[in-house]
Amino acid sequence: MEQAIQPGMQPVATTFFFYLLSGLTLLSGVFVITRKNPVHSALALIFGLLAQAGLYLMLYAPFVAGVQIILYAGGIMVLFLFVIMLVNLERSQREERFNKQWVVGLVAAVALGVLFVVVYVKGKALFPYRIAQPLENSNTQQIGVMLYGQYMFAFEIASLLLLVAIIGAVVMAKKRI
Amino acid sequence: MLDYITSYLSSNTTPGQAGNVFWALVYIMIVFGGISVAVMAMNWLERKALAHFQIRLGPMRVGPHGLLQPIADAIKLMTKEDIIPAEADKFVFWIAPLIILCASFAIYIVVPFGPTHAITDLNIGILFMLGVSSLSVLGVVMAGWASNSHYPLIGALRSSAQMVSYEVAMGLAVVSAIVMTSLHGLGPYGVGVGTSGTGTLSMIGIVQAQQEQHVWFLFKFFPLGFIAFGIFAIAMVAETNRAPFDLPEAESELTAGFHTEYSGLRWSLFMLGEYAAMIAVSSIAVTLWLGGWYRPFPNTLTGDTWDLVFSLFPGLTFLALAAIAFVGVRRMPKHPYFRVQTIGLAGFGAVLGLIGLILFVPPVRDRIQDIYWFIAKVAGFMYLYIWYRATFPRYRFDQLMKVGWKVLLPIGIGVLILTAILGVVL
Amino acid sequence: MAPIGTLHYLVVAAALFILGVIGVLTRRNVVIILMSIELILNAVNLNLVAFSRLWGLHGQVFAIFVITDAAAEAAVGLGILIAFFRNKETVNVDEVDLLKW
Repeated sequence: MEQAIQPGMQPVATTFFFYLLSGLTLLSGVFVITRKNPVHSALALIFGLLAQAGLYLMLYAPFVAGVQIILYAGGIMVLFLFVIMLVNLERSQREERFNKQWVVGLVAAVALGVLFVVVYVKGKALFPYRIAQPLENSNTQQIGVMLYGQYMFAFEIASLLLLVAIIGAVVMAKKRI
Repeated sequence: MLDYITSYLSSNTTPGQAGNVFWALVYIMIVFGGISVAVMAMNWLERKALAHFQIRLGPMRVGPHGLLQPIADAIKLMTKEDIIPAEADKFVFWIAPLIILCASFAIYIVVPFGPTHAITDLNIGILFMLGVSSLSVLGVVMAGWASNSHYPLIGALRSSAQMVSYEVAMGLAVVSAIVMTSLHGLGPYGVGVGTSGTGTLSMIGIVQAQQEQHVWFLFKFFPLGFIAFGIFAIAMVAETNRAPFDLPEAESELTAGFHTEYSGLRWSLFMLGEYAAMIAVSSIAVTLWLGGWYRPFPNTLTGDTWDLVFSLFPGLTFLALAAIAFVGVRRMPKHPYFRVQTIGLAGFGAVLGLIGLILFVPPVRDRIQDIYWFIAKVAGFMYLYIWYRATFPRYRFDQLMKVGWKVLLPIGIGVLILTAILGVVL
Repeated sequence: MAPIGTLHYLVVAAALFILGVIGVLTRRNVVIILMSIELILNAVNLNLVAFSRLWGLHGQVFAIFVITDAAAEAAVGLGILIAFFRNKETVNVDEVDLLKW
């Protein structure tokens, strides 16, 4: 029987939901890199992003989860789908999926994976198990205060970056300016 | 078990916040069933209202005044052949309507029908709503692409461009309403509750902020709240692809836009999703600008007398509907052909009247208040949707984009900046 | 089962990162390479948010910045892709072997 969530107490179903959501994330990641059709890849990526938003919720980061849904799934992925429709698909369907150096790439990636495993096995003690402080109720407010206080400069630079990206995208994609 | 179920009744929060799974499920079923019924009613109402706008009768054959038309339509759609085009991408074709449906129904998780009558109240409520409603673009794009046909593809491209553009204006209008929740740069409800200087994103919090500041955000910083609301009201019509912004499904140009190739049950899922999204964005507007579940003048017209007067409204509404039904009975043709229909309409009127009488019983009357006022406000918006459709001609696509980017967006930014300045200064 | 700690999330993020790297290194289609980059950025985000559990909200703020970067990157990358497709009629990376055409 599930009980009301007390501060400082973890919900009962955490373990189940963690494995479900992370499994979905990884499975959709596999689909993204193996599907022949880019639209299927994009679809898989969307599901992965949503599952990841669920993981953020489990980490008591509702604001990041909301931003993930609204920006990634609702914004960036629509852009991707839009572009996939604009570029020719039929040819890429019949072509080879992987490039010629795929063996090298795979070996390099696996080496990176081994590195990760070694780091995590050796450095396990560095990541102590600690329950999240339940700041869920004011998470958004605190992030807002941080963004406009401590990280003001970075925030302004991010806006500049977006401006540059807008201009760059227009310059690159438009035939005649 | 019984303890678990009854323990919620004494608590004073939404089931999601109380962590009570049973009541959360009950609420979900009530809300989703209610929305489905509302969509059917809306279907009938739209056809009748449109018909009367154009001096026609509309559906008259199935049931008295076509009252059973939605049910007949539903049966027709369910038994219709479900065609998947041979060249279509089967999986994407199959999942696109489901995405739209899930996106538009998931919004209702945070819609506050009353202080405790919401499925849950999220800390990021309004952000969640905007995010989930933006997911329906994906369904539109996928439906258009998977059909592997020209009209749907063009419709989907138009629709996604339109929805993404208007989301920006919509977001700005919403942000200026959120800024209003914090007054004097003080805490969440503008009454110095917190000291962080930020407002709140929670839907219930926004409504309570309006109550505590004694003003609907529509009238706050006049005319700023009004302009922001206007931007939202335009953007929400574009967002749901309704007339006059129904270019993606313009029948005369694109046959039916992104759902040209869909038929039967799948097509009805698109319709269900569209109407559910309309109700959902209307309820966002009601929550943000029109005081949510509060009755008119909750702060000035106080006292037992006014409470009593306002609490009679739900019953009176149903009695008025019943009266309309009985006028219809009187005006039915007296030919024996129409005997069944006349009896049916009389029965319908009797049921409405009975519901109205039940709503006068004090315990019911007091509990139904919040929900009634919320639904009444939303219903006003739904009528506006029909009115727009009957009145305005369709926009051209470049005009649409121009309005979105060159008119609504700059005005939205201006309103946001002015609201922020006034919020700190005043 | 063991309670879910930070390390669990880090392992998921690492696996996601490696999937992204494999995608970038082996696929030919530029669109999918860009999507793999999104996977990598998401892995980083997951790490940041997982660490924010230990060391306050800074990780979440950084995750928001990373999402902003991802949006900028996707816009510019897809702009390049469209310009490229207009000139070469292909979206495969291994056919981009000329600096000028």
